[in-house]
Amino acid sequence: MTGIVGAIVEAWDELRIHKLRVLLALIGVACAVTAITSVTAMIAMLKQATQEQTDRQNGRLVSLTVNAYPMNESAATPTEWDAAFDQLLDRYSITYASRDAWLQVPIRFADGKRAIQIRTVDADLGTINRITPATGRWFAEIDDTALAPTLVVNEAFLHSLGLVDLSSHPTVEIGDRAPVTATIIGVTRDEWPDAEPTAFVLYDQYHRWIGDDGSGIQSGGAAPAEGSAGAFMNQQVAQMYLWVPTDQASELTARIKQDMQSVAPGWQVDVQDNNYGSGGLDKASRYVGIGIGGIALLLGGLGLVNIALVTVRYRIREIGIRRSFGATSGRVFFGVMLESVVATFVAGLVGVTLSVAIIKNIPIERVFGGGIQDMPPFPLSAAVVGMVCATAVGALAGIIPASFAVRVRVIDAIRY
Amino acid sequence: MTLLELTDVTRSIRLPDDRMLHILQGVTIAVDAGEHVAVVGRSGTGKSTLLNILGLLDSPTTGEYLLEGVPIGRLSNGTRTRRRGRDFGFVFQQFNLLPGRTALENVAAPLLYARGRQFWNRTKLATAMLERVGLGDRIDTMPDKLSGGEQQRVAIARALVRGPRVILADEPTGALDVETGGAVMALLDEIASQTGAALVTITHDLAVASRAERQYRLTDGVLVPIQLDTQSDWVGDVPTLVANRSAASERRLPEPEVSA
Repeated sequence: MTGIVGAIVEAWDELRIHKLRVLLALIGVACAVTAITSVTAMIAMLKQATQEQTDRQNGRLVSLTVNAYPMNESAATPTEWDAAFDQLLDRYSITYASRDAWLQVPIRFADGKRAIQIRTVDADLGTINRITPATGRWFAEIDDTALAPTLVVNEAFLHSLGLVDLSSHPTVEIGDRAPVTATIIGVTRDEWPDAEPTAFVLYDQYHRWIGDDGSGIQSGGAAPAEGSAGAFMNQQVAQMYLWVPTDQASELTARIKQDMQSVAPGWQVDVQDNNYGSGGLDKASRYVGIGIGGIALLLGGLGLVNIALVTVRYRIREIGIRRSFGATSGRVFFGVMLESVVATFVAGLVGVTLSVAIIKNIPIERVFGGGIQDMPPFPLSAAVVGMVCATAVGALAGIIPASFAVRVRVIDAIRY
Repeated sequence: MTLLELTDVTRSIRLPDDRMLHILQGVTIAVDAGEHVAVVGRSGTGKSTLLNILGLLDSPTTGEYLLEGVPIGRLSNGTRTRRRGRDFGFVFQQFNLLPGRTALENVAAPLLYARGRQFWNRTKLATAMLERVGLGDRIDTMPDKLSGGEQQRVAIARALVRGPRVILADEPTGALDVETGGAVMALLDEIASQTGAALVTITHDLAVASRAERQYRLTDGVLVPIQLDTQSDWVGDVPTLVANRSAASERRLPEPEVSA
C-alpha cells in the first residue's frame, strides 16, 4: 500500500517540480486528445445535422411512404382509403403518421388571386419532417376542431400578402367559388431564394372547409369530365407517411402494403422506406475520426517519448541517489512510468476540457449550414476513449525511459 | 554480534582491453554497532569502491561480506535494496541533494521508500530531523540557497531520517572549508553516537579520520589498520600518522595490480 502511494506521491512531486518540462511534453498529448474528442463530437454533430436535413426532406428514420396509383381507367377511387389509414394506425400502434397531398388552390393575395400549391397534411408531419416554423407555431391536434382553417405558410406567401410578420394575426381567403377565410398561425423559412408562395393546411380541415363540395379545389374551372383522360389522371389518394420503429420497418412494409391493397382494388399500392444510404456516411466518418485521432495521438506520443528520454538522462544522478535510499529497480521503473501515466492522464483531462469548450462554442449554423434540432450529447465515449488512449500512450512512452533508468548501475548513476 | 564484516574481499573489473583491474585486494574489516571507523587514502585507491560494497551499492568479486552475520550474497536484489534503504545512510562529498526540492522534501525523500508509520509521518520526521541538525528555520529553502555547510547538514539529516544502523560518509568534508568541515563532522559524530549508529568515514583528510575510534589506510586496494595522533585539535593542527597497527601492515604495500 505504502509502496503504491509512495510511487504516486513521487510521480506527482516530479511533475510538480518539472512543470515546464511536463507542460512541453504534454502539449502534444493534450492536443491529440482534444483532436480525438472534438473530431468525434463534430462527426456526431455533422451526422445529426445531415440526418436532420434528410429528415426534413424524407421524414425521420424509418418513415414508410404509402402511395397508390390506379392501374386502369375503370379503377374506382378507393372510398375507404382515409378510414383504412386510421385503422392502420390503431392496428400497428403507430404514434406519428400523416397524410400528405399537394393541391393547387386559389389564394387572394394583395396583387390579386393566384393559384398556389398547398400541402394538406396531418399535424404529425411537423414531428416526422422536423418542421420548425421560424415564427408562430406548427399545427396542434386542437386545430382540427377549429372553426376556421389554419395555415402555416412560407415567407414568400407572407410577403405576397404584403406582411413581414404575424403580429397582425393575418388571415387570407382560400378557394375560388366558395372561398373561406383561413388564419395564418406560423411561417416557415423559404427553402431557396425566390421561392414560390406555398402553405400547409391540415388535411381534415381542408376537406371540411374547402374541398368537400369541390368548389375550391381547382382554380377557376369546372371539374374534369368523368371518363376523360384528365379524370383518370386526377384520380388520386393522399400519400401517407408513417414513422415506425427501425426494427419493425421491414415487416410493416409488407403488412401495410397488403392491408392498403385490400381497400384499393384496381390500384397499385407501393410502400417504401427511407432507410437507405446512411450507413456509408457512418462508416466513413468513423474511419476519418479514428484516423485523425490515431495520427494525432501517435505524434503526441512520439513527442512524449522524446522528452521523457531526455529527461531520464538528465535525471540519472537523481535516480542513483534514490536507489541509495532503497528504491528498488521495480520502484524506479514504476515511478518513471507512473510519471508518464499521471502526466498523460492530466493531459487527457485538459484535452477533454478543451474539447468541451470548443464543441460548446461552435457556431453551428455557420459550420453545418443549418441549426441542429436535437443536439447530440457530448460524446462521453469519445472522451473516455481519448483518456484511455492518452494514458496508454503515457504508459508506452514511459516504458522506454523507465527501462533505461533501471539499467543504469547505481554507483555509475550517483557519479553521473 | 558484529554489524558489518568483510573477509578477504576483492573487487576487480574488466577493462575495455580485456585486462583485469584489481581495485580491492583481500580487504578484511569488521564494524560493530555504534563504532566510528575511518578509512584514509589517496584518490583512486579504492576508498569509494569499499564504501559502495559496504553500503550494498556494489558487490565483491570474491570474499565474504556478512551483514549481521548473514552473507549478502544470499540476499536477493530486492532484499539488498530494501536493507540498503533501511540500514544504511549515505553522506556524499557533493551532498547530492535532489534539485528543485526544498530541504524538507530532500530529507523526507528516503521516507517515501519506508513503510508504515515512517511513511505516513514523513513530513513530521523530516522536520524533526532538520531541527536536530539546526536547520529548523530553513526547511522550505531550496538547496541552491543554502551554504555548503548547510547543504551537508541537510544531507546528514537525510542520511539519518530513517534511523539507519550504519552511516557511510564518503569525503563528507571534501567540499567544505576547514572550519565548516569541523562543525559538520562534530554534528555527524554527535548524532551518530546519540542514535547508536555505526559511522564509517572515507576520507583523504587525516584530521577527519582522527575523530574515529579506529582508522585504516587504503593503499592500492589493500586495507591496513593505522593509528593517528588523536590529541591534536581540529583547526590548524594536522594529525600525524603514528604507526601502522599490525605487523602485517609493515610489509611494503603492493603497486596497483593489473593482470592480463
